[in-house]
Amino acid sequence: MIPAAFEYARPTTVDEALQAIADGGEDVKILAGGQSLIPVMRLRLAAPETVVDLSRIEELRGVRDDGDALVIGAMTTHHDVLTDPLIAQHAPLIAAATETVADRQVRARGTFGGALAHADPAGDLPAVALALDAEFVIAGPGGRRTVPAADFFVDYLTTALEEGELLVEIRVPKLAGQWGMHYEKFNRVAQAWSIVAVAAVVRRDDGHIAEARIGLTNMGPTPLRARAAESALAGAEASAEAIAAAARSAAEGTSPSSDLNAQADYREHLAQVLTRRAVTAAAGL
Amino acid sequence: MSQINVRVDGVAYTDDVEPRTLLVHYLREQLGKVGTVIGCDTSNCGACTVHLDGAAVKSCTVLAVQADGGEVTTIEGLAQDGALHPMQKAFHEMHGLQCGFCTPGMIMASVDLLRENPNPSETEIREGIEGNLCRCTGYQNIVRAVQQAAGEMAGSASAREEVR
Ligand SMILES: Cc1cc2nc3c(=O)[nH]c(=O)nc-3n(C[C@H](O)[C@H](O)[C@H](O)COP(=O)(O)OP(=O)(O)OC[C@H]3O[C@@H](n4cnc5c(N)ncnc54)[C@H](O)[C@@H]3O)c2cc1C
Ligand code: FES
Ligand code: FES
Repeated sequence: MIPAAFEYARPTTVDEALQAIADGGEDVKILAGGQSLIPVMRLRLAAPETVVDLSRIEELRGVRDDGDALVIGAMTTHHDVLTDPLIAQHAPLIAAATETVADRQVRARGTFGGALAHADPAGDLPAVALALDAEFVIAGPGGRRTVPAADFFVDYLTTALEEGELLVEIRVPKLAGQWGMHYEKFNRVAQAWSIVAVAAVVRRDDGHIAEARIGLTNMGPTPLRARAAESALAGAEASAEAIAAAARSAAEGTSPSSDLNAQADYREHLAQVLTRRAVTAAAGL
Repeated sequence: MSQINVRVDGVAYTDDVEPRTLLVHYLREQLGKVGTVIGCDTSNCGACTVHLDGAAVKSCTVLAVQADGGEVTTIEGLAQDGALHPMQKAFHEMHGLQCGFCTPGMIMASVDLLRENPNPSETEIREGIEGNLCRCTGYQNIVRAVQQAAGEMAGSASAREEVR
């Protein structure tokens, strides 16, 4: 189907974009890669009055080193994330998860910021941002503010972004020490969304797990941290048995949905199995 | 209406489009390039795949206005001087199609894959075309076609090297 008619703005700076959003009327939609927005507009599930296209704003694109953090521009495409040397060096978890997103055509257009702002519970990047304690830099009419990942994902398809605001960049703190990372995704066919997936970031110290951060994809309306499993792992021996025991608490405090792909109890089972696998791999065992 | 300037298959066009016009509709209905087809309403099938500024994209999931200033190659622009592109030839010779509906998109995605990875393994080929659905062939001969094209293109690339 063809989208409903809309006004189109193509700003070239963040300030122009904020102005275009402010001038756009009642129902303004920001267009990043369009790989989620255009399909819903084609199905007429969204029929915005104005579409503000960010694709010509150069300052929103690319990855830079900012000392103790990597800064990823919201409009950096999935493809460019996959080939970026800074991400490969400091946050390979992001590349590992991005590799499982959709297919090469969608990755050529879809963006890191768009996937996070969309906040689909089955999307692969929100849980990764949560596990890496990323920070979201948001621009609005009143200036810029920074929101930690733990406060960014508010509800189903809902983030801390207010009307009139846009996501500018994502700051990913560099990790000091010996960290391993792994993304373990369960889906049944190619080019499919996660049924459940687990992002694990693990620091090993002298045969032990000093710290583990675990992000869960599709275990509730927002991405979640597996807090119980994280505490069970802190200080635990880096052994298959200790990891398996801790992973049994991975679904605690989650509220997965039941749908055509899986029932809630099966998702809970998957969260445990995938946490065991992800932590084992991240710990280098 | 918005005015766009775009090169499609080597020819420059200046046209007025509605912002809501999808690139695939512009190609098919305004330019008559019906070689690029539409197979779904959900951005899943990949039948509409073209190259935009050198990368494969699903033209049903790009607005025509977004291609303004850009360069589009469709299946109709792949053959050079009447000679099929090695990928087209390989799909023909390896029977990489039955009904042919997925073929334009399959070929455009496969050419893009080889651009980044000239010598892909079988798994890499299957992953490279995961955004393209074929309801007829079972993919087997499509994979063989991409392998043959990779071999042929590597051969002609090294031949070009030698000439230099
Ligand atoms: C066939 C297919 C399969 C897919 N499979 C997967 C998958 O397996 N895993 C996965 O994670 N994703 C998947 N996706 C989604 C893909 O990752 C998208 O790229 C992503 O969801 C949206 O990014 P985008 O840049 O295309 O955003 P858009 O579609 O342009 O925007 C998405 C939403 O975010 C808002 N938005 C975008 N950027 C900003 C910004 N800077 N500030 C404020 N708001 C903004 C938009 O207004 C819109 O509401 C798939 C998509 C398709 C079509
Ligand atoms: S027509 Fe199916 S992906 Fe474009
Ligand atoms: S040949 Fe018929 S869909 Fe692929």
